[in-house]
This record gives sequence, structure tokens and C-alpha cells, in this order.
Amino acid sequence: MPTISQEYKTALRSVSVDLNNDVSLLIDIPDALCERDKVKFTVHTKTTLSVFQKPEFSVPRQHEDFIWLHDTLVETEEYAGLIIPPAPPKPDFESPREKMHKLGEGEATMTKEEYTKMKQELEAEYLAVFKKTVQVHEVFLQRLSSHPVLSKDRNFQIFLEYDQDLSVRRKNAKEMFGGFFKNMVKSADEVLISGVKEVDDFFEQEKTFLLDYSTKIKDSTTKAERMTRAHKNVADDYIHVAAILNSISAEENTALKKHLDKFSDMFEKLRKVEGRVASDQELKLTELLRYYTRDIQAAKDLLYRRARALADYENSNKALDKARLKSKDVAQAEDNQRQCMQKFEKLSESGKKELTSFKGRRVVAFRKNLVEMAELEIKHAKNSVSLLQGCIETLKNC
Amino acid sequence: MAAERDPPPPGDAGQARFGEAEDGEDLFVGAVGALESNPSSPEPASLPAEDISANSNGPKLVDSFLDDDPDDLFAEATEEVSLDSPEREPILSDGPSPAITPIMAPRIDSTLFDQALEEEEDNGDTFDICISVSDPEKVGDGMNAYMAYKVTTKTSLSVFSQNELSVRRRFSDFLGLHSKLASKYMHSGYIVPPAPEKSIVGMTKVKVGKEDSSSTEFVEKRRSALERYLMRTVKHPVMLKDPNVLQFLESSELPRAVSTQALSGAGILRMVNKAADAVNKMTIKMNESDAWFEEKQQQFENLDAQFRKLHASVESLVCHRKELSLNTASFAKSAAMLGNSEDHTALSRALSQLAEMEEKMEQLHMDQAYADFYLFAELLGDYVRLLTAVKGVFDQRMKTWSKWQDAQLMLQRKREAEAKLQYANKPDKLQQAKDEIKEEIVEWEGKVQQGERDFEQISKTIRKELGRFEKERVKDFKSVIIKYLESLVQTQQQLIKYWEAFLPEAKAIA
Repeated sequence: MPTISQEYKTALRSVSVDLNNDVSLLIDIPDALCERDKVKFTVHTKTTLSVFQKPEFSVPRQHEDFIWLHDTLVETEEYAGLIIPPAPPKPDFESPREKMHKLGEGEATMTKEEYTKMKQELEAEYLAVFKKTVQVHEVFLQRLSSHPVLSKDRNFQIFLEYDQDLSVRRKNAKEMFGGFFKNMVKSADEVLISGVKEVDDFFEQEKTFLLDYSTKIKDSTTKAERMTRAHKNVADDYIHVAAILNSISAEENTALKKHLDKFSDMFEKLRKVEGRVASDQELKLTELLRYYTRDIQAAKDLLYRRARALADYENSNKALDKARLKSKDVAQAEDNQRQCMQKFEKLSESGKKELTSFKGRRVVAFRKNLVEMAELEIKHAKNSVSLLQGCIETLKNC
Repeated sequence: MAAERDPPPPGDAGQARFGEAEDGEDLFVGAVGALESNPSSPEPASLPAEDISANSNGPKLVDSFLDDDPDDLFAEATEEVSLDSPEREPILSDGPSPAITPIMAPRIDSTLFDQALEEEEDNGDTFDICISVSDPEKVGDGMNAYMAYKVTTKTSLSVFSQNELSVRRRFSDFLGLHSKLASKYMHSGYIVPPAPEKSIVGMTKVKVGKEDSSSTEFVEKRRSALERYLMRTVKHPVMLKDPNVLQFLESSELPRAVSTQALSGAGILRMVNKAADAVNKMTIKMNESDAWFEEKQQQFENLDAQFRKLHASVESLVCHRKELSLNTASFAKSAAMLGNSEDHTALSRALSQLAEMEEKMEQLHMDQAYADFYLFAELLGDYVRLLTAVKGVFDQRMKTWSKWQDAQLMLQRKREAEAKLQYANKPDKLQQAKDEIKEEIVEWEGKVQQGERDFEQISKTIRKELGRFEKERVKDFKSVIIKYLESLVQTQQQLIKYWEAFLPEAKAIA
């Protein structure tokens, strides 16, 4: 089962900008194992903080552990005013697995060479999915470690350090919270956010922006996925063409033989380049869009929580007025109102900070990825040009 | 065997072929004429110019007694009986026929033959003719509408009346031309360039007047195919001189080729004959004594299979590249919307630039898909059809051999019958019968010799044709491979330009 080495990983840091800068808490996933359907991540921590027992340690974690951590953070009232980094998506090997299955079925229709090449392509795809999932889990942890408040979360520290299986803890947490809050958020979402009357210009703008942007970025992600998939299909076609040209050339006994040989060879070389163009686009563009679709959702969740707090605040005001009218339970109502107000103001203050830094983060990430993608595309295109021109020269002279 | 050879009885042969004279020409005149000046004598040189020779009707190769084997070529009844110029003698020049004709043809040393063919080929290289098909125009309305194309010929060859000619032709005219050429030449072993395929769906769309991209694409595909068809046809030294071809390129009016329609009487007869052919192929088992032919046949079978596979793969490539283009366009629109929605100014601008660039990419991918198609896929498609014609030519040879064998069998039977007569009991009828049988024997001896000559002739023609075919194939593919690679280079270079223009925009995000 594939594992990944350090050199692959260093090439991977793409979606988010360098989060792993603070020496006091450095986290990475140097290694991962894939056993049947389960991926086991090795979470490695290096720290100068005294809250941890050792300065350096590693623990094995599963995807479900990451989800547990995310959910507990979301459920924590104290963090209502923060954008909780989106949970990493479940490792999904469905696509390469299905393709591998189809390839197995079609084995009889292609030459041995063709089959081997297709298999190699699929194994590379499998590995790419693997790398992506490692990266996205790593980024999740690094977002936490670089956040002034979240990095101090006790559960986060347990996640990093606890050297036993977390599944027991996971079960307890489910029983305690029952996923109650999360379900609520999911069902009420847009309606509540757009319904509440906004008092603050900043949040009014953010609301409009986020609601629109989230639809658009979801759409862009889908379209980018389709584009990269089509690109991959073209690269795969090159494999078949190269293989057949090779067969024809083997039986060719005219002056055409050399041309066919070189032509076949060219397709073989080009398909590697095209494959890389497709996967770079996947990583730099599609992954970027995917990640920020999730992040935008996390930002919307924050808005939602604030909107709820505002609703509560308004309700508490109404309740206080009513109490004063009736001269009944006024102190209680005043207390309630004060609490709601405080909660609301805290959320608004923290929310404003979070959303501002979110925008900055987003802009930096887009810049980094778009620049890198452009540079890679140029590199690949130049490579293709030189390969092609070399081949044309040879053919013209032969 | 050296007895005088009488020409085979003309009547039946004429009937079988010209049963459906739709062109309104007097076909029978030509037929009788051909058979009277039957060039079955061994001296090739002094043949009158009027001699039709094998090509127009191939009287030598359609022997009347084989009526139960309808030669499908002659079902294409719009063939003209035109008089060929003496320049096409090569088909006739039998050379001395071998003394005794054994059942099998003598083994021929293939390498020597190939060399000889090579030398002959080189003489045809001063070839100056260029045909273009252009300006498709819809004529008429509704289901009777059709596309008319302009066919322009630019040439310095003397066989044409002018240096530059221009006529208007419709698709069925091209099919009619092919039909005539096929009936004339295929049975002699010539590889007649196949006509482009009909397409009921494509044409219906055009007739109905759908002005969308798929019907313009269809028209362009057809136009290009017609052009390639004509160029291939004139590149063939024998076809180039055929009056049908000259008439096609020069005459302002052409009689309408009705029998090319699928459901016409001729069309149905074609289908019946194709079926008959298939059955015959299964039953004729030829004793191939010539290793060269055996090898070549196998080689072309393999090539055919491989080309079909390659064609399918390249068509898949075209399809996926078109999909890539469409998906890129779709993404571009989405990115533009995202850019509009983005509230950070610099990022918003960069996303809009990304969208613009992806729009350009869409066009680039589509252009490459067209190059994939017109340069690569269509060439392969043409060759798949050509290889079918090549295989057909091997079949013709087999048929020719079969006829020769049948003649020999018949001769055998007649001789046996003669021998039997020696011991007959009816003296009064005997002499008459003996005379009759003697006549028949002479007749069949002639047929056997003819059959053997035909077989040798077709074998020789095929060797030459295959040599030419391979030479053309090498030339075509060498040229296309380079052109195609150059198209890929162009696309990649354009890609570099687009990305290099975008890069500073991305870097400008602050």
C-alpha cells in the first residue's frame, strides 16, 4: 500500500499559504499509510510550549479523528465568533478505483504495453488522490495551530498528543452533543441569515458578498473539475494512439517506419506532459476552489451564529420591555438582555476580525496558486514545444 | 492451343451489363464495337485507336457463360462506354503468353518485379494539377434541396482544355463519377479511390435548413472529403486520363447520376450483388502459388485492422478535445462570474483576466481538435476506405483466377465428352456431334488461354497498383505527421503566450 515520502510532500504545499511558521507549535503529516479503505495519518508535532509533555512526538490518526476534532470545535460556544477551519473531506479513492476496475475489464482489448501504461497512469492518479488527502488534513491542523485562540484548545492538544486510540473519546463526545448544533446550522442556514435585519454596514456587506460568492465558487469548482477531467481524458487518448502507432510501426517495412516510430514516441512523451498539466491544474486551481468553497461555508456558519445571537438579542430586548410593562421578572429579563447583548457584541467583534483576516488569507492563497499554476503551465508548454520541434527536425531530415 | 481465337459471343455479355441504360447513351454500339476488335491476340502494338480495351467494359473478363455470377460492377448501370485513348495501352500489353497453362501460375521473383515497378513509377512524378472544392451553396428548398460545390482545377497538363477550370457539382455527381470509374477499372485490379460516404442524417439537417454549427461542420467535412477524393483520383495516372474524370472537371453540365441513390433500382442491385460476392468469397478457395501475393494480402489485412483501431482512437481524441474546449468555455464563464462577485479589487481583476484567458484557451483547444480531425482522423478514415478498395482488388484477382479455373474445368469436360463420342453407337449422328464438340473444344481452349492471360494481367496490374499505393501512403503519412506535429507546436506556443500574458496579472494581486 502506498506511503508518501518527504520529497513529495514539500512539493505539495499549495492551497494555503505557509501556516507552519510559528516555531512554538509546528505540525506536519510526514507519513501516511493506506490500508484497504482506511488511511492512517502520522501527525508529527514539534513544540516549545510547556503545556505539552514532550518537545517532539508523533501519533497515528484516522480521518474520523479529524472530524471529531472539528465537530467539538464547532460545538464549543466560546468559539462561536470564530471561523472554524473547514473539516477535511473524506479520502475518496472511488474514481481511480472505478477506473482500475474498468481497465481490468478492458484488458483483453489492448496490447500488453498499452495496458501497462494505463495501469501506471491509474496508479499515479491513485497516488495523487492520496497526496491530496494528506495535504488537506495537514492544512486543517496547521490552520488550527496558527490561530491564536484555537491553538490553545484542549481537545486540539489531546488530538496532537494522546498516544492511545481516540475512538473512545469520539464516542463519548457524540453522546454528549448528539450533533445537535451542527444539524441546526445545516437546516436553518440561508433563510435566517438573509432574514435578520442587519445593523452593521460591515456585516451587511459581508453577508451579501458571502451568500453570492459561495454559490459562484461552488459552481467554479464543479466547472474546474470537469475541465481537468477532460484534460486527463486527452492525455489518456495519447496513450492509446502511441500504442497503436507502435504496433503499426513494428510491422511497417517501408520508409515510413522511422516516422511512425518517432511519431509514436512523441505521443508517449506528450501524454506525460499533458498528464502533468492536468494534475497541476487540479492541484493549483481545482483544489484551491474546492478548499475555499469549504472555507466560505465556514465563514457563512459564523455569520449564521452571529445572526442567531442578534435574533436572541432582539428577542431579549422585547422580553425586557414586556417585563417592564408588566413589572414582572424585570431583573431576570435585564440579566438575560445583558447576556445576549454581550454575546452578540463579542461575536460581532471577533467575527469582524475573523472575516477581515479571512479575506486577506483568501487573496494571498489565490495569488500564490494562480502564479504557480501560470508558471507551471508555461514550463510544460515550453517543454512540449522543445520536444515537438526536436521531433519535427529529426523527421524532416530523415 | 495455338488455334485461332474467335472472340467470345458478344450478345450475352452486352446484355448483362447494359440492362439499365439510364444515361440515354447508346451503350450497345460501344459494346459490340469492343468485342469485335477483341484484343485477345498476343500482339499488342497495332491496336486501332477505337479499341476499347479491357477498361471500359472488360469484355475479356466477363464471360457470358458465367451469367449466374453477376459481376456487381456492371450493375452500376450509369457507366459510359467511352473510347479510351491509346495511351492506356499498358493494360493491354499482354506480352507473349506462356506456352502451356498449368492450373497454377508460375512463381515470380517478387524482388525483381518490385524494382521494375519502382522505375516505372518515377516517370509519373512531373505532376502538375491542383483541385480545390469550395463555396458550398444550398440550392433549392426542403427535402429536394442539395449542396452545390465549386470545383476548381488549376493545371498545366495538356489533356485539359484550359489552365484553369471551374464547374459546379453536387455530391451525387461525385458518387456518379466514382461509380463509373469503379465499373471500368476495379475488375482489372486497379485501386479506385473510394468516394466519400453518404450521410443521411448530416444531409437532412442541411436540407431542413438548420443553420447551426453541426451542419456547417458537416458541410465543411464533406467539402474537404470531396477535395481529397478528387486529388487522389487525379493522382492516379490511369484515372487522370479517363474521359469521365475530364468531363467531370470540365463540363458545365453533367447528366444527373440517379443510380447512386441508395434505394434506386441500381442501388438495390448493388446490394444484391454485394451479398452474392460475399457468398462467393467464402466458396472460392484459391491456390496461391505466388508468395508475394500471399504476403501482401496478409500485410494489408493487418494494416486494415490496425488503421481501424487507430482511427477509432484518434476520433476519441478529437471528441475529448472538443469536450475540453467546451468545459474550458464553461469554466471561463464561471470564473468571470466569480470575478464579478469577488470584493477584493485586485483579485477580482485577476479572476476576470483568468476568465478571459480561458476563453481564448477554449478557441485554442477547438482549433487543435479541428487539426486532430482534418489532418489526422480524416486521413486515417480515407485510408480505411482505401484499404477496403485494396482488399477488393485482391478479391478481383481471386475471381479472375476462379473464372480461369472454371474454363479449364469446362475444357476438360468437353474433351471427355469428345473421347466418349469415339465409342458411341449412333453412327449417323456421330459425325455431326463430333464436329460440334470439336468446335466447342476450340472455343474453350480459347477461353482458357484468355482466362490465364487475364489472370496474369490482373496480377501484374495489382503489383503495380500496390507499389503505387504504398508509395502514396508513405508520402501522405510523412507529410501529415509533420503537419500535425507542427499544429501541436503552434497550439503550445500560443498557450505560452496566453499564460505569459496572464502571469503578471496574477502577480499583481496585492
